[in-house]
Amino acid sequence: MSPVSTAHSRLIYDALKTCDVRLMSALPETWLVHLVRMADEDPDMTLVRLAKEEEGVGISAGAHLAGVKSAMLMQNHGLLASINGIVSCAQLYRIPLLMLVSYRGDFGERDPWQTEGGAVTEDLLRALRIPFSHLDHPDHVARRIAKAQTLALSANKPVALLLCRDLMWEEG
Amino acid sequence: MKRLDALRAIYSHLEDRVVVTIMGAVAAELQSIGHRQNFFYLQHAMGLASSMGLGIALTRPERQVVVFDGDGSVLMNLGGLTTLARYRPRNMVHVVFDNESLLSVGGFPTATSTGTDLAAIAAAAGVPRTATVRTVDEFSRAFAEAIAAQDLTTIVAKVDAVGPSKYVTDLSLLENRFAFQRYLAIT
Repeated sequence: MSPVSTAHSRLIYDALKTCDVRLMSALPETWLVHLVRMADEDPDMTLVRLAKEEEGVGISAGAHLAGVKSAMLMQNHGLLASINGIVSCAQLYRIPLLMLVSYRGDFGERDPWQTEGGAVTEDLLRALRIPFSHLDHPDHVARRIAKAQTLALSANKPVALLLCRDLMWEEG
Repeated sequence: MKRLDALRAIYSHLEDRVVVTIMGAVAAELQSIGHRQNFFYLQHAMGLASSMGLGIALTRPERQVVVFDGDGSVLMNLGGLTTLARYRPRNMVHVVFDNESLLSVGGFPTATSTGTDLAAIAAAAGVPRTATVRTVDEFSRAFAEAIAAQDLTTIVAKVDAVGPSKYVTDLSLLENRFAFQRYLAIT
């Protein structure tokens, strides 16, 4: 069994469905496996598996202009790989993005290769003036996802939710 | 072939299609022929025009989507060709104007000038229909065939490295974006 929490992944997925998200782009990583599988198994969800996360900015922009709500699943290193698209597509054109970013490299990280990305994630979001919040407890998952989407749509800009170890991972 | 002549040759086909272009000469030249509410010009974010087209094509399968891309932009998002091919939107025609250079920043040659074949790359990525065309007649024919085929097609149109005298037009980016969104909402 993967120690990635199936139950909490389900909470996140159901919250996205409640928000009428009908398209998700994803570049899989360990913490996102259940979410990607749920999207793949859902006949009412369009799942777009990407080669690189920045593509997801364009796909979500197209979906938004076409009238469909979407979400992006990525690791924080995928956020790093998406910066130009976020700035010169989503921010330049006032496109709402709902980005769910697995927050690797924070306290508790055992993989050395994740640690530099973790160290810059929050400062990067602040530098990009992207409003963000943490998903670190099941009690607030649904509410925070709904509120994040509300702000993205009212402000016409990207927002980020950091999927934290305490929520996503079942070992300490 | 001049890109402007190629655009003129197929302009009448764009009337009821959803059009996404890249920045620079393509956007300025299409606007010089005549802007329409169903045209969106991605004036930055190089590489993402085809991703935007995919997002529209997947969420609005009843609409026909045309993307006008360029060699410099495609080279920045070659992986996007694999995503396009993977989801194979049959309602999308992907035109790549290949002038073998980054024209708007001074004409520096791209890798297509030394042999990189974007149609072959698209085909190898899995795009079911590809073509390389060198004259306006060939381009018009390939475009009409792509529409008739009702399948994802990448047309690489080899064009001269010439463009408009200026790239900034009087259409503001946000005006274009919101009008385009409204067009898609009501049609």
